[in-house]
Amino acid sequence: MPKTHVETTINGEPQEFLCEPSESLLAALRDGLGLTGTKEGCTTGDCGACSVMLDGRLVPSCMVLAPEAIGRSIETIEGVAQGDSLHPLQQKFLEHAALQCGVCTPGFIVAAKALLERNPDPSEEETRYWLAGNLCRCTGYDKIIRAVLDAAAEMREATA
Amino acid sequence: MSERKFRYVGTRPIRHDGVDKVTGRALYGADFSLPGMLHGAVLRSPHAHARIVSIDTRRAEEMEGVEAVLTGADLPELDARSMPGTDGRISVRDLGHNCIARDRVLYHGHAVAAVAATRLEIAREALGRIDVVYERLEPVLSLERALEPDAPVLHEHLPGRARGLQDAPGNVAGRVAFKQGDLEQGFAEAEVVLEREFSTEMVHQGYIEPHACVARVGEDGQVVLWLTTQGPFIARTYCANVLGIEPGRIKVIPSEIGGGFGGKTTVYQEPLAIELARRAGRPVKMVMSREEVFRATGPTSGTRIQVKLGARRDGRLVAASSRMYYEAGAYPGSPAGPGALAALGSYRIPNFQVEAFDVVLNKPKVNAYRAPGAPMSTFATESLMDDLARELELDPIELRLKNASREGDRAPYGPTYGPIGLVDALEAVRAHPHYRAPLEHGSPDEPLRRGRGVAAGFWFNAGMQSSADVSLHADGSAVVSTGNPDIGGSRASLALMVAEELGIPVERVRPTVSDTDSVGYTDGTGGSRVTFATGLAAIRAAQDVIGQLRERAARIWGVEPDAVGWEEGSAVPLDGAKADCEPLPIAELARQMAATGGPVVGRASLSAPAAGPSFTAHLCDLEVDCDTGRSRVVRYTAVQDAGRAVHPAYVEGQIQGGAAQGIGWALNEEYVYDPSGEMANPGFLDYRMPVASDLPMIDAVIVEVPNPTHPYGVRGVGETPIVVPLAAVANAMRDATGVRFDSLPLSPPRVLEGLERSAGEGV
Repeated sequence: MPKTHVETTINGEPQEFLCEPSESLLAALRDGLGLTGTKEGCTTGDCGACSVMLDGRLVPSCMVLAPEAIGRSIETIEGVAQGDSLHPLQQKFLEHAALQCGVCTPGFIVAAKALLERNPDPSEEETRYWLAGNLCRCTGYDKIIRAVLDAAAEMREATA
Repeated sequence: MSERKFRYVGTRPIRHDGVDKVTGRALYGADFSLPGMLHGAVLRSPHAHARIVSIDTRRAEEMEGVEAVLTGADLPELDARSMPGTDGRISVRDLGHNCIARDRVLYHGHAVAAVAATRLEIAREALGRIDVVYERLEPVLSLERALEPDAPVLHEHLPGRARGLQDAPGNVAGRVAFKQGDLEQGFAEAEVVLEREFSTEMVHQGYIEPHACVARVGEDGQVVLWLTTQGPFIARTYCANVLGIEPGRIKVIPSEIGGGFGGKTTVYQEPLAIELARRAGRPVKMVMSREEVFRATGPTSGTRIQVKLGARRDGRLVAASSRMYYEAGAYPGSPAGPGALAALGSYRIPNFQVEAFDVVLNKPKVNAYRAPGAPMSTFATESLMDDLARELELDPIELRLKNASREGDRAPYGPTYGPIGLVDALEAVRAHPHYRAPLEHGSPDEPLRRGRGVAAGFWFNAGMQSSADVSLHADGSAVVSTGNPDIGGSRASLALMVAEELGIPVERVRPTVSDTDSVGYTDGTGGSRVTFATGLAAIRAAQDVIGQLRERAARIWGVEPDAVGWEEGSAVPLDGAKADCEPLPIAELARQMAATGGPVVGRASLSAPAAGPSFTAHLCDLEVDCDTGRSRVVRYTAVQDAGRAVHPAYVEGQIQGGAAQGIGWALNEEYVYDPSGEMANPGFLDYRMPVASDLPMIDAVIVEVPNPTHPYGVRGVGETPIVVPLAAVANAMRDATGVRFDSLPLSPPRVLEGLERSAGEGV
């Protein structure tokens, strides 16, 4: 079967690659482009470890076909830090010890960033429901939720 | 133990591997690749129990892109001896046959063949062209069936059957029993006797990262295995034994690890990847799907546990007995032993008898899961303790305090307790605002009810073998190198201990995880042992550095080493040294290293005794909707004795994570089997682990009763927190509904059924 030529934008930079028409965006990112920060936990859209932004919308990249990225804009965990400065969410995850094994962390940070872009002042309950698509088996979520709420507060202060 | 003032231990620095993990740079098992690498895939049994009549791989081998095909017949025949380099409980044959079946498949998902191809799609397609003829056999899917006299027998020769089990049903693979006092007399003295049978179902550790590895075999036969594992040295030993090669021929390079909880302490596809790579002459990568993780790795046992408690009216326990059955899965080796040993360990009971059985059946071979065996037996004991408190109209904490084991008591499992924290943990729960907070039970006419439950327990905590190197850089910073993959912040805790010894900031100590060629033998990241035992090695390695630096200072000062002391990161003159010697800080000694004798590397290796038990008590508020059976935890407090919390944030994290896993086990998680023995819910949608919206904040309270066998007082912390939530949640459900549920999980259908049954009985 002929490969599909995909021209897309990843973390603000134009990218092109060839892929199987049936290949997932997750596989294209990881295996094709070497962007392994996006993790594979289930390939059924149930764990959120592969969360990316597609044209500003939070999606599990395992449930998106790579050819769907044509002409669109993708943001992955590799694009969250700016230069040598971490995003406030990344900093707060570190300060709150909101990761143990860390394999779910990229997905959580991408998903939490999507939340704060829509709602800069989420309640604990709103945060818990927004992040209900991301599984963490290590932390019991306590420190993750605290890190997100703390990052939100700091970001509000910075823009106030 | 004297109160030592700590400068770094007990602080909460940012973990050294943190930036890589929040930016996506950290490399986990599936993130590694090699040029020219092939992709492996495994053909798995569609039957829970069958004889393999024939396997024909020719059609797969003919496919373009297929580079190697493997069946069980291609691996060496293995004998049932215990594996060298392990504690002797694991048979090489069972391990090897679990990696790939020989003449019989023993569970749905059991590996029967493997393929390596240029692309994963080709490898998967090739699996479909392997023709296997099976003769189906009756699957044994429950403990009840496994124990019936006419049940199919999974293994003709079970080594564990030598002692006293000749007359037991054929699927009983082992028995653990111990007793004390006079049981009959004890129950005769009891004024209240309660008895009940409990059951739990098979559950999975549920780590988010599937098993993954890349194997490469050189022309000289040297193997390199990049692997996500809790035990690089365990993986090396196991792969070598299954493949019949020397462990020294294999180098394991551990990746970052995406969770394990005991589940990544053995091997499954790794020997297959090595053998495929050897045959193909190219590296082979193998990554399990989530479905494979559920079907074909090691969950933990379902259980049936009978408990009987006898007490005086004042609450004093006088007798206890328990009989337990643990599912081992397809090969012997359930955690029935530790489960039995943990069952009664919290209490002083003069007369008791415990008997536990290891039972094989046609489900995946179980593997370690956080405090293996203890959550189930503790669920049984602590549920019945809750009933006893109600029967005696005693506060549940008061009842436990009346019976709590203390320093100097002989543990039911043998040793005499040193300083332990059970009373401290129970008192801390009783003093917590949560315990005093009023609880709205809800009106009997309304569907929403609330209840509160408490439970206590412990875990043993391992010691075992560890090694550590500490090398000093010329800039005065240091590296601590160990062989334990960092599964939850152990790099930070090891660095804190080295910083404490050397007297330099923790940011100046770089912790690193080395491969099996670069550090001394080290047992796995498990048994809650890393901060304790590998920490001990790191402390001694740092002390070795200090010893060498004192010699360097002595040389600089022209005095005897005995005349040089060490204080807060500097060599200082002691009595007998020349009076004009200014203290030499570590940075200065490091700068002069080359001139004073060359590199300074401290080393330590040891076999640590068991750390000793850490006790815990949890408090749970649960809300249940009696119309739907759905329940959720609305408030949760967990108190645990950490001995000494080296990095308190990661200790809290262990407590919170263990509590959450236990809550999932209590409320929703279970392997659901169809009648043919196929797991019906092998995905995260249907195997329902807790998500963020299922849980409240979990208040983790650390108490510190220093452990005398560690210089800082460290105990293990990782496993204890999962021991008691099953009972705490079930006791809260009892409080909310008035119904004692003795079977987990408390999923909505089971709760509804229980409520209806009790309503029918007019309770």
